[in-house]
Amino acid sequence: MDYQDIELLRFTTAGSVDDGKSTLIGRLLYDSKSIFQDQLEAVEESSKSKGFDYVDLSLLTDGLKSEREQGITIDVAYRYFATPKRKFIIADTPGHIQYTRNMVTGASTANLAIILIDARKGMLEQTHRHAFIASLLRIPHAIVCVNKMDLVDYSEDVYNGIVSDFKAFSSKLGIKDIQFIPISALNGDNVVNRSENMDWYQGSTLMYHLETVHISSDHNLVDCRFPIQSVIRPHTLDNQDFRGFAGRIDGGVFKPGDKVKSLPSGFVSTIKTIELNGEQIEEAFAPMSVTMTLEDEIDNSRGDMIVRENNVPEIGQDIEVLVTWMSTKPIQARTKVVVKHTTNESIGMVKELKYKIDINTLHRMEDVTSIEMNDIARISIRTAKPMFYDAYKKNRQTGSIILIDEQTNETIGAGMII
Amino acid sequence: MSNYVINHLKELESEAIFVIREIAAQFENPVLLFSGGKDSILLTHLAKKAFYPAKIPFPLIHIDTGHNFPETIAFRDALVEKLGVKLIVGSVQEAIDTGRAKEETGADASRNSLQIVSLLDTLEAHKVDAAMGGARRDEEKARAKERFFSHRDEFGQWDPKNQRPELWNLFNGRKNYGEHFRVFPISNWTEMDVWEYIKQENIDLPSLYFSHQRDCVVRDGVILANSEFIKLKEGETVENMTIRYRTCGDMPITGAVESEADTLEKIIEEIATTRTTERGGRADDKRAETAMEDRKKQGYF
Repeated sequence: MDYQDIELLRFTTAGSVDDGKSTLIGRLLYDSKSIFQDQLEAVEESSKSKGFDYVDLSLLTDGLKSEREQGITIDVAYRYFATPKRKFIIADTPGHIQYTRNMVTGASTANLAIILIDARKGMLEQTHRHAFIASLLRIPHAIVCVNKMDLVDYSEDVYNGIVSDFKAFSSKLGIKDIQFIPISALNGDNVVNRSENMDWYQGSTLMYHLETVHISSDHNLVDCRFPIQSVIRPHTLDNQDFRGFAGRIDGGVFKPGDKVKSLPSGFVSTIKTIELNGEQIEEAFAPMSVTMTLEDEIDNSRGDMIVRENNVPEIGQDIEVLVTWMSTKPIQARTKVVVKHTTNESIGMVKELKYKIDINTLHRMEDVTSIEMNDIARISIRTAKPMFYDAYKKNRQTGSIILIDEQTNETIGAGMII
Repeated sequence: MSNYVINHLKELESEAIFVIREIAAQFENPVLLFSGGKDSILLTHLAKKAFYPAKIPFPLIHIDTGHNFPETIAFRDALVEKLGVKLIVGSVQEAIDTGRAKEETGADASRNSLQIVSLLDTLEAHKVDAAMGGARRDEEKARAKERFFSHRDEFGQWDPKNQRPELWNLFNGRKNYGEHFRVFPISNWTEMDVWEYIKQENIDLPSLYFSHQRDCVVRDGVILANSEFIKLKEGETVENMTIRYRTCGDMPITGAVESEADTLEKIIEEIATTRTTERGGRADDKRAETAMEDRKKQGYF
């Protein structure tokens, strides 16, 4: 297959120091020949100078000084590799509870989550957490890798026990597609090559799953949503009247000739052209960036949204969200925030804190007075102007918001609209 | 296109164009940092596509170290002319002459870190609030942690431990007075993606990237072009070699590779089989294990 015709798969891995996550990533990169000689030499060098008698592959991903000093992943690290079938972007995140916000960040753009379980330890609190975050962020696919099978004598019973424990827990979560694979990242069993030690496992390898999982329906192709980023008006002699709306499609399929409606004005028009760089596009769908022109002169601007006449999003000023708190500064009811949604922005106020979710047990904790960093909570927000939104479960782009502190301008919360 | 899937190059292009348009919409005085290297040429191409048929609505800034390859400067001027965009040049020589920066001495002297002074001065003089660059996360381990929208304090510094989280496609470009952003629209591209896209789009590149004959000096295993900017050490000799460049920095620090690849097809084939990273030949990264992170914290590209 031609390299130009391969798809992009974004996946996230969450895990702690000793569950073999770095080894697994190292294995995927190494076996797909994505680690270069000089990178490997640099890592060998620093492993040696730290006094290790093995090559610490985590040094490949943990690039910051403080991470290397402490031997932990603090931030989201992005790694890249490609096979002849697909290109992959790994968002590698730390798995510890104080890094929930990093896990949420990595998960927000992922098509797939790899959840690692140590075969010797089985389901742990952190496994619950990782699975919950994957479901909360609506990652469409999950692969549960039962790792370190070599340390449990490649036992089918141990594996089956963990699989049924996980299924019992995940039935509450609603992840659509979950696969289970017994692996040894250290020895490479079922990572890229099939294991010779586990005849009882008939499924495919991790790499095969990553290369073939069906991702084309991960985007919403039904509900047409086109948030306008900016208006392109060249004012040149050749293009006196050109007036194009620049943006990235968040849902549905748009075609020239389609009847569309512009929000918030409500004006109706017909799509004249969809183009990019002067090239005409017959059908535009997520996540394509395009320039759209309409038959009628409608005064659209940034933050407006073009949708189909008979399929409009929710329009309103009161939104209910599940929020992950990202700031060391806690939040209370009546706090003012800036709400950023698609290309739209509004001042808003937190009206009510409803409950927090214990992400280890999934229990609700009512009567909350403040929300602290790494908490996941349900809140309601009132915005100063109407927003055009969908439920997050319907569309991950038009259903998500970030909250910004008006004073410091920091991003303090990430919200999924209910 | 009937199955509603786009290939990975289209998806990366789409993401980069979205980010470039966000920069133009969210900031008052954005600029594109143009080094003359393939990544900034690619970025300029994407910017053109993002706003077509309008012109690129922001200027290009080039920090001229005075140690550039002459091919880079000629290419830059021709491109600016063709696109009809404004070019701002910040001069390292001027910073040295006015005492703002101090030239390094010794055989390995480089103007690489001196660029930080000129860059920050130029950004300040033009009241730039967002400078976009062609850095990619796959290039270097400190860059792997970089955001698309990377916040810089009033001194132009990067605080890697205190970066804003970036979720979905919601980019927070809000800032306080005096602060600015560095933005990296092609963060998710790899070297291979860049070359494949250059081939697909038929983008012009300086001749340096293609195989050619050149007088070179081999120093610490790195092939450097012999030029007026380089002082020969004892025992070093100049030899004529068949080389090309994988990245394009200053003449005294950019390592070449021996290569016969004189077309894009051959370059792609060469990259597919190569076993070293493209910055493997960059003397500036070899000064310390975290050389890139250290420079970035101070305000480097």
